[in-house]
Amino acid sequence: MSQSKGRFGVHGGQYIPETLMNAVIELEKEYEHYKKDPEFNRELDDLLKKYAGRPSLLYYAEKLTNTLGGAKIYLKREDLNHTGSHKINNVLGQALLAKKMGKTRLIAETGAGQHGVATATAAALLGMECVVFMGEEDTKRQALNVYRMRLLGAEVIPVKSGTATLKDAVSEAMREWTSRIDDTHYCLGSVMGPHPFPTIVRDFQAVISKEAREQILEYEGRLPDAVIACVGGGSNAIGSFYNFIGDESVRLIGCEAAGRGIDTFETAATVNTGRLGIFHGMKSYFCQDEYGQIAPVYSISAGLDYPGVGPEHAYLHDIGRAEYVPITDEEAVNAFEFLSRTEGIIPAIESAHAVAYAMKLAPTMDKDKIIIVTVSGRGDKDCAAIARYRGEDIYE
Amino acid sequence: MSNIASAFKNGKAFIPFITCGDPDLETTGKIVREMAAKGADLIELGIPFSDPTAEGPIIQEANIRALAGGVTTDKIFDFVKELRRDVKIPLVFMTYANVVFSYDAERFMARCCETGVDGIILPDLPFEEKDEFLTVCRQYGVDLISLIAPTSADRIAMIAKEADGFIYIVSSLGVTGVRSKITTDISSIVKVIRENTNVPCAVGFGISNPEQAAKMSEYADGVIVGSAIVKQIAEYGREAAAPVGEFVAKMKAALK
Repeated sequence: MSQSKGRFGVHGGQYIPETLMNAVIELEKEYEHYKKDPEFNRELDDLLKKYAGRPSLLYYAEKLTNTLGGAKIYLKREDLNHTGSHKINNVLGQALLAKKMGKTRLIAETGAGQHGVATATAAALLGMECVVFMGEEDTKRQALNVYRMRLLGAEVIPVKSGTATLKDAVSEAMREWTSRIDDTHYCLGSVMGPHPFPTIVRDFQAVISKEAREQILEYEGRLPDAVIACVGGGSNAIGSFYNFIGDESVRLIGCEAAGRGIDTFETAATVNTGRLGIFHGMKSYFCQDEYGQIAPVYSISAGLDYPGVGPEHAYLHDIGRAEYVPITDEEAVNAFEFLSRTEGIIPAIESAHAVAYAMKLAPTMDKDKIIIVTVSGRGDKDCAAIARYRGEDIYE
Repeated sequence: MSNIASAFKNGKAFIPFITCGDPDLETTGKIVREMAAKGADLIELGIPFSDPTAEGPIIQEANIRALAGGVTTDKIFDFVKELRRDVKIPLVFMTYANVVFSYDAERFMARCCETGVDGIILPDLPFEEKDEFLTVCRQYGVDLISLIAPTSADRIAMIAKEADGFIYIVSSLGVTGVRSKITTDISSIVKVIRENTNVPCAVGFGISNPEQAAKMSEYADGVIVGSAIVKQIAEYGREAAAPVGEFVAKMKAALK
């Protein structure tokens, strides 16, 4: 009898070629060993603290709060991490694990380039080879990040297949992994793919909510009423939610990229518009047509431009523990500009989706309520694209 | 006894693969009939998928051409039904789990049974996940084909013990495509399979010429060729039936 592993309700599993099965079985075994290994945990904590700059700030955005005139808004500042996003939390964990497993080469997919930059950074630090797959379309949208990765010593391979965006980069990284397994670890960037990736990535990102919970208890003496984060594959969101899942008074809200709107085909809002399916190693919700062909999704944000969502999010949605709301390009761009002007913080366009929902929610709540918004990354990388969106052509 | 067994009764089996609807179903029909006439023992019919993660560039492009031509799962079932009026050799589908799942697995297998499809290959459905579809496959007499890879090692026996139809031995690491050299020790894999089952086994991935086919047929019961054929379809388009037929005849003749 066969036995499926890594389920979150009906979601998850390991829908991958036989060629990769022993690799993911070995990864699971090694992870189970090292996550309990004091030496591994000490090394990782050390890297997070002394290299990545953790803990990240939980900042009370007083001006934003007063301007919106409702609930108190705290920002979890993952944008202040080394490399400028939450991606480093997962990458340092996986790179260290890969090194312990005797791997010498990291491969990764990237959308906006944040995960690619983080992986290239960890590879440089730990002396590992690094190859990053990036949709050709995204290499144009995010040329600066391509240069950063190369500067860090990584090879960047533009992926021309399919829609030449994040999903194709994932497909190509999987193809590469099936051709070279012995020395290579696939450093997956989100809580997706086959088991054990959704669990490993969630565990490494859970540091966000572990810190935020302690910080809010220290500052306010109580838990927040809502936690808001953006969701593509969903790694910063699951990291932001995880240590609050047991606290039923805390609303967990994931913000999906609606693109030009969930009533159009130009959207990437998977939970809101997708159906249950099997793709990229997992069962979850996917944007697809009636025959199961994966839809060419769209969002202004390259990092949220993905037709699926991590299996644990699909499960949290099914059981009603988390809510998933759509945020359009226009709303995200407004939030990008609004946070910049009110707080002097330029969020990543991905994170601006979470800020946008906070802007809707906060004014509907009493002043004694508390919202935590995760600012998953910094927005420098997006300035040129947002300028173009507003009809201004600038050179990077 | 599955109908697939009959494919292995005529010496070593030659198993060609093509993508349905590349460039259109009319051409696919001509090629299938020509391949059957020229000695193909079983044919793998690919149902195109938007994101075929186990395929190299040649078959990826065939999937794109087919989908761009408007082929769908329903049109392919109708096509197979029509094909079955004169094509008698075993036919198996090769597609991805989501194509079956989104169609509804039971409805999919019922239509396989009705139209005369003998088996199905799903490269993204490993042993641990096969229960997803196995019950309905068995209910409708559709063999769910198991794959064994160069990295399967201690998994070979477990997979072989529960195999139906035939076993697909993946010759090399990586994705489908033409390869100049195959370095995997196929004979040791076959040895372990033989200790665990009588189900026939065929080798695929990277085989593109009669010399490679001859070599692989020394170890296995059959040889599977995809990319080398799809490449000719890309080149000759609607005129591909004749050159593909010649290629199939040459390959079948090379098997030992």
